[in-house]
Amino acid sequence: MPEDADLAALARGVAGSALAGEQIEAYALRARETDVAVFDGEVESLAVSEVDGIGVRVIVNGRTGYAWAGSLRADVVADTLAEARDNAGFGAPDEFAGLVAPDDFAGVEPPDLDLWREELLRVPVADKVALALDVERATRAADPRVRGVESAEYADTAIQAAVASSLGVEASTRRCVASVSTSALAGDRDDTQTGYGFSVGRVPGDLDVGSAATDAATRATRLLGATQPESCRLPVILDPLVSRAILGLVGSALSGEAIAKGRSMFVGRDGEVVAASSVTLVDDPTVPDAFGAATHDAEGVPVRRNELVVDGTLRGFLHNTHSARRSGVATTAAAVRAGYKSPPGVGARALHLAPGARRQDEIIAGASDALYVQSVSGLHSGTNPVSGDFSVGAEGLRVRGGAFAEPVREVTIASTLPRILLDLVEIGGDLCWLPGSAAGLTLVIGEMQMSGA
Amino acid sequence: MSALIDQPVLEATLHSALSHGGEFAEVFVEDRAVTTARLEDGRVEELVSGRERGAGIRVVRGETTGFAHTADVSESGLRAAAAAAAAAVRGDPGGTRAVALTRRTTPAPHKIRDLPESVHKARKAELLERADDAARGESDAIRQVSASYADARRQILVANSDGLLADDDQVRTRFFVNCVASADTGMQTGMEAPGRSIGFELFDEISPEAVAEVAARRALTGLRARPAPSGKLPVVLKQGAGGVLFHEACGHGLEADLVGRDASVFRGQVGERVASPLVTLVDDGTYAREWGTYAIDDEGAPAQRNVLIEDGVLTDYMWDLIRARKEGRRSSGNGRRETYQHLPMVRMTNTYLLPGTDDPDEIVRQTPHGLYCVALGGGQVNTATGDFVFGVTEAYMIENGEITEPVRAAQLIGNGPEVLGAVDAVGSDFDTWAGTCGKNGQGVPVSSGQPTLRVAELTVGGTAGA
Repeated sequence: MPEDADLAALARGVAGSALAGEQIEAYALRARETDVAVFDGEVESLAVSEVDGIGVRVIVNGRTGYAWAGSLRADVVADTLAEARDNAGFGAPDEFAGLVAPDDFAGVEPPDLDLWREELLRVPVADKVALALDVERATRAADPRVRGVESAEYADTAIQAAVASSLGVEASTRRCVASVSTSALAGDRDDTQTGYGFSVGRVPGDLDVGSAATDAATRATRLLGATQPESCRLPVILDPLVSRAILGLVGSALSGEAIAKGRSMFVGRDGEVVAASSVTLVDDPTVPDAFGAATHDAEGVPVRRNELVVDGTLRGFLHNTHSARRSGVATTAAAVRAGYKSPPGVGARALHLAPGARRQDEIIAGASDALYVQSVSGLHSGTNPVSGDFSVGAEGLRVRGGAFAEPVREVTIASTLPRILLDLVEIGGDLCWLPGSAAGLTLVIGEMQMSGA
Repeated sequence: MSALIDQPVLEATLHSALSHGGEFAEVFVEDRAVTTARLEDGRVEELVSGRERGAGIRVVRGETTGFAHTADVSESGLRAAAAAAAAAVRGDPGGTRAVALTRRTTPAPHKIRDLPESVHKARKAELLERADDAARGESDAIRQVSASYADARRQILVANSDGLLADDDQVRTRFFVNCVASADTGMQTGMEAPGRSIGFELFDEISPEAVAEVAARRALTGLRARPAPSGKLPVVLKQGAGGVLFHEACGHGLEADLVGRDASVFRGQVGERVASPLVTLVDDGTYAREWGTYAIDDEGAPAQRNVLIEDGVLTDYMWDLIRARKEGRRSSGNGRRETYQHLPMVRMTNTYLLPGTDDPDEIVRQTPHGLYCVALGGGQVNTATGDFVFGVTEAYMIENGEITEPVRAAQLIGNGPEVLGAVDAVGSDFDTWAGTCGKNGQGVPVSSGQPTLRVAELTVGGTAGA
């Protein structure tokens, strides 16, 4: 089994075959995964897998080609390089095309992060199965109104990757992630509600099965009896699970590539007020607790903290090497890849707002009339980071007189993304790192349109 | 394809997969080649090609499925994956049995003329430039054009311990155009992305220019759109635009795995009225050339045309092999997986509402006040509660039976059983729409279709008064 050094050597070998006038970057990946799904006290499926992959980018005369394959076998790697070279012949010349050189980030040291746990590879499968069975059992036991568990799972992954380029950039990264998740079904057939709970860490020992189960049961049972309310405008309190997703959308509009191509609501807004003055938004993959923490970006550049919005004013964008060159600035080490099957794009890894002071319960206690949103649906079909349009399905509870009141379902909440940023009246102090590219915290939006009956 | 792995090797792999007391074993082999080309800023940015080949092996014992996959399809690689899958079901060694495979041939649903690898890459890239020119030619307000070409050839082979040996060769081609239009009212986007289960001959039927014009006009229309209404009103869905409504409102809820988990509002309702008598809903994997079509599913079962709801009465769910075995019936040909690295589950193919008898124009004329939807984005459903959403990306107000001003993008929300009951007019026209369904994180190509139809009342999630 190839380990870090082997992946690095493989990537270096491909990059080293560059001919005169040719730039080559190779990205090699190996992931080991375990997935356990249980149902009704039985293991429904147990999958143990290894995934290998290679992605090769070739740039010749400003033309870029890319090819990938799901194998690290020498003959497959050689075919992939040949295919990437051939593909480069069909791209149009681009004066900004080119790989990053070591001098482009001289003096920037990668953060000292410990994201790997060798012990994960030694955890017996039976222990992982036990966690999935535990979270299902605990979800059922959490509340008598829980009538079933729609899905209960344990999953882990150990990913190692290496990138190497013909300009001498080399980086290896590796990380482990383990999680349990559960979805509770509460109520009877005439009034069913569902709630989701999970716990994430690096090894099974980090996971809190009890809190995942309690969260799922609480989220499902507190919606029992939910009805569709009349449409109205009102303040909206977003749960951290929801705010994380919305911040992720904002982050996609802060991509320097989207800005350069005129595909972002922030085009031409640099230096302007784009959010309430309490808003400071940074992308900081050096934070060890961040789900997206990393030492290097997808082009092998050491990551750093990037300030995007400071006290409500737009101060910066995220860049990879290409978008930075095109915009006449330096890369911010924001190259990201969706695995080995695509060339590096631009994206955030660890977006977060500077937290405020109050916990969620304190914020609720101070609210006279609002909608607390526990989860949203249709985030991808109802939001647009170019036009800023924002309209999503929501479920949650009305807040009246400082306490949760009647549950609410089958409503949408709508505004525009720029309006939401300006209408932020409070940022919670409950910052929590969750799966995805952004941290969640409780947010209060001064006013949104709720559509219902 | 089966020539790549000899029948005796498959039989030996199944034999070792059953070595821990498994009751059923399956080898799924996939060889997939894809090409994508992307243009933006008036430039072909890059051409990407990918190749993936491997096998997924599954062993079933009691309620438990063990699964392992490998990119090494040599005899030893397959045997190692079979051993891993067998060990996962925790049975005792011994009790193995021999497997003798019999080839079953399912006719292809249609012929493929131009295989992706037979077409020069330059011809694929050239389509993008034609789309760019056409979109920019629509108006100076079109500020950005992103166009993509994508093809895939997927050869699969399935062998299982019931003796089945079957294969399929699936080809798909799709073309995307996404435009950004800009004016002093802001920026708007417009997208169009037709796809079919055919090769490069797609472009005999669909010109890049026509796709680009639709996307550009959609973005330009957005510039003069006013905020969408908020609240309940009648909604007319133009033919083809609204099939995703049925995919979300009831399609997922009719998948037997979700029904079996008590996670569907349609559980226990076969034979009962679940929709307006105007609703006859079909899931049809045999629909020639459609985006969700195949000869066999990813468990080797032939695709079928399955009537799910007939004249408003629920007739059946959709089934994969595992759920069907439990119920002592046959799979309905709906067992699908994204790649050999995934376990199959119940999935839709081409899901559509059959046309009715109403004149489509008359449906609009008989709507005093409502929303007319021309293009939808994706959607999402909670099958346990039946609540679902779908995004509308091009829509107009209907006033006094006339289509009037465009409105901004918005989400629509409804409850599956309620909306099915509220379908009160079904037109005689018909069209389909290609998309990707992402159930449990596995993306598979699906299409949906419907005639022009009206839902008496649906909640529209805009920002303006209704």
